Amino acid sequence: MTLELNDPKSLAEDSGSGSVFTAKDKLTAFFETWPPLVLFALFWIALCAVVVAFAPLIAPYDFMAMDLPARLTPPVFFGGVWTHPLGTDELGRDVLSRLIISIRISVVIAFLSTLIAATLGVTLGFLAAYFRGRVEQLILILVDAQASMPFMIIALAVLAFLGNSLTLFVILMGFYGWERIARIARGLAISANEQGYATAVRDLGASPWRIYSRHILPNIASTLIVSMTLNFPEVILLESGLSFLGLGIQPPMTSLGNMVGYGRDYIQSAPWIMLAPSIAIVLTTLSISIVGDWMRDLFDPTLK
Amino acid sequence: MSAAETPLLSVTNLKRHYDVRLPGGLFGTPATLKAVDGISFEIMKGKTLGLVGESGCGKSTTAKLVLGHIPVTAGEIRFDGERVTANHNAQWRAMRRRMQMIYQDPLGALDRRLSVADQIGEPIQIHEPETPKVERDERVASLMADVGLRRDMADRFPHELSGGQRQRVVIARALSVKPDLLVGDEPVSALDVSIQAQVLNLLDDLRQSTGFTALFISHDLKVVRQMSDRVAVMYLGRIVESGAPEEVFRRPQHPYTQALVSAIPTIRRSVVSNRIVLKGDPPNPVNAPSGCPFHTRCPAVVAQCRTEVPALLETAGHKVACHLVNNAPVGAGIAAE
Repeated sequence: MTLELNDPKSLAEDSGSGSVFTAKDKLTAFFETWPPLVLFALFWIALCAVVVAFAPLIAPYDFMAMDLPARLTPPVFFGGVWTHPLGTDELGRDVLSRLIISIRISVVIAFLSTLIAATLGVTLGFLAAYFRGRVEQLILILVDAQASMPFMIIALAVLAFLGNSLTLFVILMGFYGWERIARIARGLAISANEQGYATAVRDLGASPWRIYSRHILPNIASTLIVSMTLNFPEVILLESGLSFLGLGIQPPMTSLGNMVGYGRDYIQSAPWIMLAPSIAIVLTTLSISIVGDWMRDLFDPTLK
Repeated sequence: MSAAETPLLSVTNLKRHYDVRLPGGLFGTPATLKAVDGISFEIMKGKTLGLVGESGCGKSTTAKLVLGHIPVTAGEIRFDGERVTANHNAQWRAMRRRMQMIYQDPLGALDRRLSVADQIGEPIQIHEPETPKVERDERVASLMADVGLRRDMADRFPHELSGGQRQRVVIARALSVKPDLLVGDEPVSALDVSIQAQVLNLLDDLRQSTGFTALFISHDLKVVRQMSDRVAVMYLGRIVESGAPEEVFRRPQHPYTQALVSAIPTIRRSVVSNRIVLKGDPPNPVNAPSGCPFHTRCPAVVAQCRTEVPALLETAGHKVACHLVNNAPVGAGIAAE
């Protein structure tokens, strides 16, 4: 068989095999910019955001509405019915509706608390880096004091003495993790001050406020964001732990940890009561971590 | 330069000593590093002083002291009659509007997260916050045109620019508030020769159009010669010779300057044979030699040099700190040839 040089098909095949460069197809290129795991995490976070915003509208039932005849109904594909897709709990309350409200409560607590912790940590860290000397010593003593005490014990003590309300709970959770952020912020700010750009901006005549807010903060933001995304799931877990112990969110209000805690009694007969919020906790914390890592790379102009 | 004119910048007996610890003993032995050890100079309005010397002689420390970036150990700096301190307070910050610096390492001096236009416009934002954004953008655009940056580079980030372009950004930023004094700390030493020439020409043009006063620091004699109205040669924290560039470079009087000048590469072969090669390295500034700091390497050393510090004495605008020159009969000097 003779090779037909003019045959466009054989030419194309030849050049295809000999070429060093192979063009990526669109799908590969798309998944390289948007890794599937990140896409999934973003999707889950978006879903959570929608749930947080419109929880009462989305929930098919009132999360407190009891339906005793229909109690302990299993989820849809485990012998349940579509009227209660994720089944019902021991009082016949719809697990899906409770889950939606729980996600709302837990995510809001974690978000606000992380925001408080980050603000507190960055402020104190920057103050330490700016004033040095006595102020720095004092802040570092506070940091060490916080770091040396198990937060769970502090939280238990505060909740036991001061009682429980959502506001207090959020503020209390806001004290979780600030010391790590303060340490990171202080260290990064000190090292940034040694770098040329911060000195150069100071020598341009910029005020300390401007140097810290406009130059140092954006430059160290990537590390802080990663630290915050580590804090976020930990707050969710801490809130779950405290609620599980009965000191967090109080019934009839519900949260992810609260659901896990009360569903524990039915782990053998009705595991879905506990599994649904557990899966939500895992997915949310994992998604936040993945997106945080991805955002760090995204925000760094030198990595583009 | 008229005598009646007051200098824009005057520096008197400026010293900067660092406490250091030398190896030895349990915690090291304390010692004093005299980075700058008693220098005085004046710069008249609109003029440029070139400061030359080898690495570690205190040039950059002088630049930082003059601008009040670091506190002085002793001495006084007056800028337009006002005392320059290193208290970074509101008054110090306001003074930055009139004195700016060009850095040796442009990438380090730029915030890598801000675009070129934002960097250049920053001093305007700081010192003239009332300026509307439109006007600021216009000024930034005209500054970019002045330093030869293309308009489309405004949105770029420092790491996307070449070394020469980055230095242009630094220059444009320093000039954005029209400072009276510009201190260039080796502004071209990080650049390759062709870009050096561009940047130097640019600075020259800008000086002619804006009329700023400059302190220009470099270890490159040719660069200093091109840029300066007066030249000061530094050695181990002291000024050893100063004067008009033609005087200092054509008829160097101090043996150190003679050695420096003879080291300038030249195309004419006949001159090469006259090269004075200094032996050894400059002494450690932690234990500077007694007497004349240069006596350890000086080819024409005499007994007096080892004990007595020579004063910087002036003859017809040309100052030299050398016993050989100062003790010689008037007008004689030691000739290089």
